[in-house]
Amino acid sequence: MVVAKHTLVALVADKPGVLNRVASLFRRRGFNIESIAVGHSELPHLSRMTIVVGGTVTMVEQVRKQLDKVVDVVKVSDITGGSTITRELALIKVKVTPATRSEVMQIVDIFRADIVDVAADSVTVEVTGDEQKINSLYELLRRFGIREVTRTGCVAMTRGGSGSLVVGEKPLKTQDRKRKKTS
Amino acid sequence: MKMTGAQIICESLVREGVEVIFGILGGAILPLYDTLPRYPQLRHILVRHEQGAVHAAEGYARATGKVGVCLATSGPGATNLVTGIADAYLDSVPIVAMTGQVASPFIGKDAFQEIDITGITLPITKHNYLAMDTGSLAGIIKEAFYLARTGRPGPVLIDIPKDFQIEQAEFRYPSKVDLPGYKPTLQGHPAQIKKAAKLIGEAERPLILAGRGVIISGAYAELKYLAETAQIPVVTTLLGISSFPESHALSYGWLGMHGMAYANLAVSSCDLIIAIGMRFDDRATSRVSGFAPHARIIHIDIDPAEIGKNVRVDVPIVGDVKNVLKVLNKLLAPCKHIDWVKQLDNWRREHPSIEIRDCEELLPQFVIRKIYEVTRGEAIIVTGVGQSQMWAAQHYWFDKPNSLISSGGLGTMGFELPAAIGAKIGCPDEVVWSIAGDGGFQMTIQELATIAQERVAVKIAIMNNGYLGMVRQWQDLFYDKRYVATKLNCPDFVKIAEAYGIPGLTVERKEEVVPAIEKAMSEPGPFLINFMVEPEENVYPMVAPGTSLAEVIEEPKKKTKVVYNSAKL
Repeated sequence: MVVAKHTLVALVADKPGVLNRVASLFRRRGFNIESIAVGHSELPHLSRMTIVVGGTVTMVEQVRKQLDKVVDVVKVSDITGGSTITRELALIKVKVTPATRSEVMQIVDIFRADIVDVAADSVTVEVTGDEQKINSLYELLRRFGIREVTRTGCVAMTRGGSGSLVVGEKPLKTQDRKRKKTS
Repeated sequence: MKMTGAQIICESLVREGVEVIFGILGGAILPLYDTLPRYPQLRHILVRHEQGAVHAAEGYARATGKVGVCLATSGPGATNLVTGIADAYLDSVPIVAMTGQVASPFIGKDAFQEIDITGITLPITKHNYLAMDTGSLAGIIKEAFYLARTGRPGPVLIDIPKDFQIEQAEFRYPSKVDLPGYKPTLQGHPAQIKKAAKLIGEAERPLILAGRGVIISGAYAELKYLAETAQIPVVTTLLGISSFPESHALSYGWLGMHGMAYANLAVSSCDLIIAIGMRFDDRATSRVSGFAPHARIIHIDIDPAEIGKNVRVDVPIVGDVKNVLKVLNKLLAPCKHIDWVKQLDNWRREHPSIEIRDCEELLPQFVIRKIYEVTRGEAIIVTGVGQSQMWAAQHYWFDKPNSLISSGGLGTMGFELPAAIGAKIGCPDEVVWSIAGDGGFQMTIQELATIAQERVAVKIAIMNNGYLGMVRQWQDLFYDKRYVATKLNCPDFVKIAEAYGIPGLTVERKEEVVPAIEKAMSEPGPFLINFMVEPEENVYPMVAPGTSLAEVIEEPKKKTKVVYNSAKL
């Protein structure tokens, strides 16, 4: 059985504890999440999660079904292999000297990345792209000395007109779950 | 109309048709308890430990098919529910557990008796809630009951901070739920059902494996029609026992680690399995690579995640068992499998599996058989876990639908007594027997007090062998008889029962068995019989862990393996 990376996209209720429900399910079923990214979707009260996991097709299918059983998960798709756009953002703080600064800036240009902060002995690079692009830039910058790296994890979407996760039904009911103010 | 949270909870429970609540109170749930007397239609059964409450709710739910309800306070009250919630989760039992929580301003402060019970029960509930205000309580309860009983049933927990039980809000019970992420598939895919019918028509050695899904769905008649029309032998899982009458000519017992040899041989040599409402648990399949090596598999289950989880499946059908079988039955052509049925009958003669040997000693198998005879097979049998459970499942003949209540997936010792309380309260007109081992009985023995106080007419049989019997059996077979920590010095259970105000008898000889059971049956209230059975009796047949079902060990003394060679057919 071939173990490969799979990208799952899930539409989930925007409620407290949902990320915990999803993450704990992966742990319980013995899956390592490579990355998970969550943010608002185009629908009110719904968030979209992009989860990257490694596993065989059968294993990932099992976890997709288990995920689908979580009441707060509205829909899940495995969009691996299809025509998809995947993007990740990374911030990379690179050590520079007056001698290396221009070379670093050239590499950053080639990758169509941006320098978002400059200090006397370092620059911070912001790069967006698929995982490979970020890895290549990181490899190139490594010889200058990396101070710090932070990556968002992958977000993904299918190409073409229709979304992979269109929900026909009306949006979730508004459940006002604000905690009572206590004096 | 404005109401307190506690009133809203009670009103909602009444609207859900709740008749009985099993619980024990404490500080964080006091406002709700304070309101309970105003709702006499909600009968409260005071248990002695929260585990008793949740198992009783399970027993009630398993016996009646309705949602069982249990109540506990925060902290230790809530954590004591955990075992029973897990039990309900693994056996798909619809229960709603409600716990008090510290007042909302104290949440997250490690306050007295504060525990994150929604976090703890996350992996063992179908869904759970932490109420965030009084106004949301009615909607939460509506959803909780809907989730618990629909689709694949399961436990739902609601954690309710104390202040939200006291504060007031407008009460309006929602007429329907809005859960876009929850849409169980109830109808099977017609094309898949057609494929299944075709496979059934072509099969020479078909076999039905019926699980608890048949019972939950109430598909007894549909299963019987399928078996009889296409002349397909039926084997059940442990929890599927009583989904099909065991005295039926096409019934071949149940499969698995302590199932009948002929059932396991049937699975190992059939060419088609029609698995209905079961989940291919490892105790049922034994070594998966050796499971049903010649068979194609049709798997009917309401939970899509069960399909393909443990075994490969050729025709998956997701849907409610009853609905699927109704459609399937219309597509069936009557057929016969004379040679196959004859073969199974031969195996049943050659490997009777559940014969009771004739001897002086008091055998637990003999006791169970006598309980069967005296109750004429009409009782609801509630078992604990271990040897006594296996003997009850083997030697009682379950013809009556849904007459075995047992902890299968979690294997919870001590389940039997509180579950029997729940079953009896749910079905007051039925005779309910709790069959325990001496080990398991001591795990929930305190519920004798509940039985006495609430006058629950449960009959209790203890198979007292002075050991944690099933573990001792494993030590006997797999650890060179090193009986580490399995010998029990038991108290006099009859004296204990008497102390609680429950009459009882100790039985040591064979001839005392029937009179004792008859005495128990003639008592209007609860009765306990302490059967001093043969201490080192083992459960057979047995499929050793890691072996295939065909390698069933049948002869207790010789321990020869009966290996069926499929080439013989």
